[in-house]
Amino acid sequence: MIINSRFFNRSELIGFLALALLLFVILPLSLDIFRLNLVAKYLTYAFVGIGLVLCWGYGGILSLGQGVFFGLGGYCMAMYLKLEASSVENTKIQSTPGIPDFMDWNQLTQLPFFWKPFHSFPITLIAIILVPGIFAFIIGAAMFKRRVGGVYFAIITQAIAAIMTILIVGQQGYTGGINGITDLRTLHGWDIRTDHAKFILYFVEVVLLFACIVAAQFIRLTKLGRILVAMREQEDRVRFSGYSVANFKIFAFCAAAIFAAIGGAMFTLEVGFMSPSFVGIVPSIEMVIYTAVGGRMSIFGAVWGSLLVNFAKTSLSESFPQLWLFGLGALFIAVVLAFPNGLSGIWQDHVQPRIDRLLAARKSKPGNGFSVADGAPAE
Amino acid sequence: MLIGHQPKDFLLAVSGLTVSFDGFKAVNDLSFYVEDNEIRVIIGPNGAGKTTVLDLICGKTKTTSGSIQFRGQELTRLRENEIVQAGVGRKFQTPSVFEDLTVFENLEISFPRGRTVFGSLTFQRDAAVKQRVEEVAEMIFLKDRLDTYADQLSHGQKQWLEIGMLLIQDPDLLMLDEPVAGMSVSERAKTAELLNRIIKGRSVLVIEHDMKFVEDIAHKVTVLHQGQILSEGTMEHVKNDPKVIEVYLGH
Repeated sequence: MIINSRFFNRSELIGFLALALLLFVILPLSLDIFRLNLVAKYLTYAFVGIGLVLCWGYGGILSLGQGVFFGLGGYCMAMYLKLEASSVENTKIQSTPGIPDFMDWNQLTQLPFFWKPFHSFPITLIAIILVPGIFAFIIGAAMFKRRVGGVYFAIITQAIAAIMTILIVGQQGYTGGINGITDLRTLHGWDIRTDHAKFILYFVEVVLLFACIVAAQFIRLTKLGRILVAMREQEDRVRFSGYSVANFKIFAFCAAAIFAAIGGAMFTLEVGFMSPSFVGIVPSIEMVIYTAVGGRMSIFGAVWGSLLVNFAKTSLSESFPQLWLFGLGALFIAVVLAFPNGLSGIWQDHVQPRIDRLLAARKSKPGNGFSVADGAPAE
Repeated sequence: MLIGHQPKDFLLAVSGLTVSFDGFKAVNDLSFYVEDNEIRVIIGPNGAGKTTVLDLICGKTKTTSGSIQFRGQELTRLRENEIVQAGVGRKFQTPSVFEDLTVFENLEISFPRGRTVFGSLTFQRDAAVKQRVEEVAEMIFLKDRLDTYADQLSHGQKQWLEIGMLLIQDPDLLMLDEPVAGMSVSERAKTAELLNRIIKGRSVLVIEHDMKFVEDIAHKVTVLHQGQILSEGTMEHVKNDPKVIEVYLGH
């Protein structure tokens, strides 16, 4: 009768614990710091994936512009780090000391007004959430109130990703242009380039990731989560049940944007720079592919998808750099055609029933013959 | 608020309603009034504009001109969800239920509480909700199937579920578009029984082709033809109207 009485059902709990074990214990113990930092980089895309599960998997809103929000979060963080790295002593050889180096190269003599708030760490943290959140709200309100949806929305988000890249590249003096914001050194006085810092940052990121998983799971289990599913199927029926469909879509899109922005900010910290190559169309589509491979209906699936596809990308592009993009494209087509619910769908349809049968067989031996049927997405 | 002469407090007053699609007037200067607790059936040949009238009332289609007053409130200026909140419920011709959700969840979404974004985030499935859902599920013959996903239901059961979703909204005006279309004979009988029960205490606007069914439930019948009213009155009156026989019943 009561369907969602527990926060995680049995198989979700197993998925949660397995992921926690992998990320908190197995990987940090088995990988050297270089590889662990790579995993940290992959995991930044998992934040985007979790947002896409809510927005695309549940709400049916396909955004091909998540790179924009990933980038906004990343740039907010990078601006703070850059200002800290551009202290007057560090930049005394410049014609205008105290401003970021690329501004000096572009003959700027004063810090632009929108850079000024990023001197403050608390304001930066707020901006990482608010800037993408508000931007997503404006796009969402403009599109969804006018009933723009489906493939049209996807194309518009893609256009926004393209516009954003052009803007960043074009406004070199304000944004660092095509090179992005580089040479980042300290976070609030703490050197982020050391191995020790990278180790700590990895754990900060994993904790944040689990916070996002829990937040997404919370949203999924509320009535709002069910309305998202309802909206995906019968938008009119939701509307004629007394809901403003546009507001729910805006919420899902903003939530996805904020998750992506947190990932972007962590990316800047882990990798040490931010550039427009993580904002545009190609990275945005790659983020959708990670989610699709992992399973767009599964929060854990999105995390696994980001890890596995990026791992494959690193290994394959090291050995066959030209082939990788074709491989990625083929992977996406294969997933869409053969496994629309991605890895989590394969797990759920083929692996989980076998485990259940095994468990049921073992349970029925002592005499009580009830079988376990908890058929929810595991990972 | 009250401007001009208001002859009577109708629940729904449609006056001078016109909608034109690229110059084609699907509904042309249509006026009719529905009283409290009245069952009104709209009949008419295909393309007469019956479904369009319901679309206009519930806000799915925007009116070109004219007015729709519901309890003195102008509906043509409201959005669909505001019209629902004002007390108008709409059932579509093809069953539109949420197939990836269970019967319980389908009914729960229609429960009139927590309809804002934050309201739905903090919505609690409490005793009142469960009781009401079970009550309605019993009425629509789906009490044993609360945990069934809606895609497992038969066509008739989906129609009932959608009727149940409207019922749980408790609208003052219920609009049904061909509620028995595509149903088996036994489902049809059960639906008639269901409708007879749920129409108590509210006004109902029904589009239906099944004349037997119309005769059973209608207080008043409106015959539409080419977007205009051809005849209006009791079933007896309408049946004997030569114009109606000519364009509709005669065939």
